[in-house]
Amino acid sequence: MQVVETPVKLDSQVPAGRLQDKWDTYKDYVKLVSPANKRKRTILVVGTGLAGGSAAATLAGLGYNVKSFCIQDSARRAHSIAAQGGINAAKNYPNDGDTIWRLFYDTIKGGDYRSREANVYRLAQVSNNIIDQAVAQGVPFAREYGGLLDNRSFGGAQVSRTFYARGQTGQQLLLGAYQAMSQQIEEGNIEMKARREMLDLVVIDGRARGIITRNLVTGVIERHLGDAVLLCTGGYGNVYYLSTNAKNSNVTAAWRCFKRGAYFANPCYTQIHPTCIPVSGEYQSKLTLMSESLRNDGRVWVPNDSNDTRPPSQIPENERDYYLERRYPSFGNLVPRDVASRAAKKECDDGRGVGETKLAVYLDFADAIKRLGKQAVEDRYGNLFEMYERITGENPYKVPMRIFPAVHYTMGGLWVDYELQSTIPGLFVLGEANFSDHGANRLGASALMQGLADGYFVIPYTLGGFLAGVPMNDDVTTDHEAFAATEQEALERINRLLSIKGDKTVTEFHRELGQIMWDHVGMARNRKGLEEACKSIAALREEYWQNVRVPGVNETFNKNLEFAARVADFLELGELMARDALHREESSGGHFREEYQTPEGEALRNDEDFAYVAAWEYTGDHANPTLHKEELEFEYVKPTTRSYK
Amino acid sequence: MAKNMTIHLKVWRQAGPEAPGRLVDYTVKEANEHMSFLELLDVLNEQLIKEEAEPIEFDNDCREGICGSCGLMVGGTAHGPQPRTAVCQLHMRHYNDGDTIVVEPWRAAAFPLIKDLVVDRTAFDRIVAAGGYISATTGGAADANALPIAKEKADAAMDFASCIGCGACVAACPNSSASLFTAAKIAHLALLPQGHPERTRRVVNMVDQMEKEGFGDCSNHAECEAVCPKGISIAGIATMRREYMKAMLSS
Repeated sequence: MQVVETPVKLDSQVPAGRLQDKWDTYKDYVKLVSPANKRKRTILVVGTGLAGGSAAATLAGLGYNVKSFCIQDSARRAHSIAAQGGINAAKNYPNDGDTIWRLFYDTIKGGDYRSREANVYRLAQVSNNIIDQAVAQGVPFAREYGGLLDNRSFGGAQVSRTFYARGQTGQQLLLGAYQAMSQQIEEGNIEMKARREMLDLVVIDGRARGIITRNLVTGVIERHLGDAVLLCTGGYGNVYYLSTNAKNSNVTAAWRCFKRGAYFANPCYTQIHPTCIPVSGEYQSKLTLMSESLRNDGRVWVPNDSNDTRPPSQIPENERDYYLERRYPSFGNLVPRDVASRAAKKECDDGRGVGETKLAVYLDFADAIKRLGKQAVEDRYGNLFEMYERITGENPYKVPMRIFPAVHYTMGGLWVDYELQSTIPGLFVLGEANFSDHGANRLGASALMQGLADGYFVIPYTLGGFLAGVPMNDDVTTDHEAFAATEQEALERINRLLSIKGDKTVTEFHRELGQIMWDHVGMARNRKGLEEACKSIAALREEYWQNVRVPGVNETFNKNLEFAARVADFLELGELMARDALHREESSGGHFREEYQTPEGEALRNDEDFAYVAAWEYTGDHANPTLHKEELEFEYVKPTTRSYK
Repeated sequence: MAKNMTIHLKVWRQAGPEAPGRLVDYTVKEANEHMSFLELLDVLNEQLIKEEAEPIEFDNDCREGICGSCGLMVGGTAHGPQPRTAVCQLHMRHYNDGDTIVVEPWRAAAFPLIKDLVVDRTAFDRIVAAGGYISATTGGAADANALPIAKEKADAAMDFASCIGCGACVAACPNSSASLFTAAKIAHLALLPQGHPERTRRVVNMVDQMEKEGFGDCSNHAECEAVCPKGISIAGIATMRREYMKAMLSS
């Protein structure tokens, strides 16, 4: 496949100076907006998860007018709420040797040397402030008997730096941000628009000036004007149909921005989480994650013999293969997610999978229960065990869990510079929706950290810097022709979807797309499969616009219509992901190309040719996207082969 | 192998808030014991779309029992028959081949119906906005370990904080009271020292807002606790009352 490249250099706007001083220096010199002028600025914040919620609350607290949008019926339900395990910070409360540098280093290494040093260092620096902020809001983190905060370990780290609130850390952090937002709503600083979906971005004179939304109850298409747009709309894992994402998580807002000129970076970097409940049937609507924290105490194994069909309790110790402990003695069951997922896939490919479908491995707590007692295990993981039993009907205190990898998180996203600004001035992208901090693989308990870092501690500074440099009170209103034209396009798309009246449902198409993505752009990829995926996705897209059946009308609550528009965008994104995966002729993090592996089956990176961020520019529906490269410079960490052995 | 089953459903259909509603009969022949209840509705909806009928609208999102989006009266019980289980986590293995299940929306004056099984729960957001928070300017926080909190207190606060705001408590209450929801937030924040400076205003404003929204009073039926997918204890309501009395006496 032909890749169009341009020599345009993407400017990451990373400040000069020592790594350790960059953020402080930035803050010293960034322009400020006076309180009187903040009141005159309207900020549109799309999404109310950890990134959007924390940004909206903080910006409103600073005095900006904030308009906040979410597709759920309440800001409290954004999908961040489902994050279970925890949030990292370099507090070093356990005194086990953690530092900001180590958190930075682990994140860079965990990301397989495909992220920007300066961003990651800043993330590690503000990590501690997040914990302080959350505690001040009343987030009930787990504590020790002495009253101090408790920590646990997560994959990819040899220190305990993960703060948690049972298995509901995302929920508690999100409720903290939601409550802070609620206060600002009550005080009139945030105008909350729930059940609104962003359908497009309005760009005027090269600047993001507004959004078009659909009221999901009435179908009314609305125009919203602002001085800046903050996109906090999460990841695109649902392109695989089955993922741990919520049913409504989607790429539409980000994709529309891409089509308006924002570059999409590293779309092929997807995280397949190793510990999910296996698929049980065709009707399956989503997958459920079992927190990575379980790998602290659970041991992963398969039977030595692929023909062993005995129940797990009857397989003696010496006939079990604890393959993670065997292959990675220093990290054992706590290897990073990409490594653990591929290892599980390998065991199943080799026929040693367990359960009805043979697409699962055991996660066993028998040793932990023997060592710690059932009560201690229940204290740590009680709610996860309950959830497992509710879904599978099996009791994990008695029989090992069966787990299998599932799509969980997308490291790729809209390209942003150090200030979190996309290639469209005035469009900022926060949280999972951007590509910035996790490189090719995200470590556990780092998504919550990044979402909140962006929203609470980064955007309040960088947004001010942007706004101080753009004129105020221009005469743009929602009557501007760009608003009218963008609204018209959005409406036409909806009407077109409704008018096709074909034979196949949106879900059928989505499931088909998901299967293509999982088979060819999943845990292991190769040239042939990716080329095939590009073709079959294009064909499926073609068919979609001829043969999809969307019931009902626009002017009502119509979930199927919402899905139809989202799947249309997934059908375009899927192809870009395959293209990106095809062009990246190396294995890094979540992107594993079968052609590029070591004799032991480990990922083989190619720093010589691929140590860059691939940022794709939209050039038209029937034209190939243009590739822009941001070369990654590693001044402080020397890229080495990632080893967890 | 998974068992196939036939399930009959009587589902509340209502085109909009002003339209008349009624129970409509459906049959799903390809139900399966491993399916969740919402997946059963998905299968039915696919069937309806194929028949050129309008699918049934119901709120749902995470399907892991944590976002609180879903909420249905299943067989007359909020979230269905399984204790401590949101309806998205209810699985068909708890039903038998040939069963008939009635599915209705939450019914409460303060939760106006939007369409079919979807209701408007924004009253909950307004109760939280009235005071369900701790004022903490971003960036001004002290070190997280500067304020030790006894584990028992933190754990108890977490018990109340785990509320998912689904509204089952309201739907189950004969008075349509939002007391358990409101009390859970008040108790969570009252148990923590950070919540103390605002505790008086918080309880008064939240309770007032709850009344303004048209929720009924609590008369200790405890139906709310029985259906709560997170098992939140009505002891929280006692805490709320105590907090309210204290606030009244001190003002």
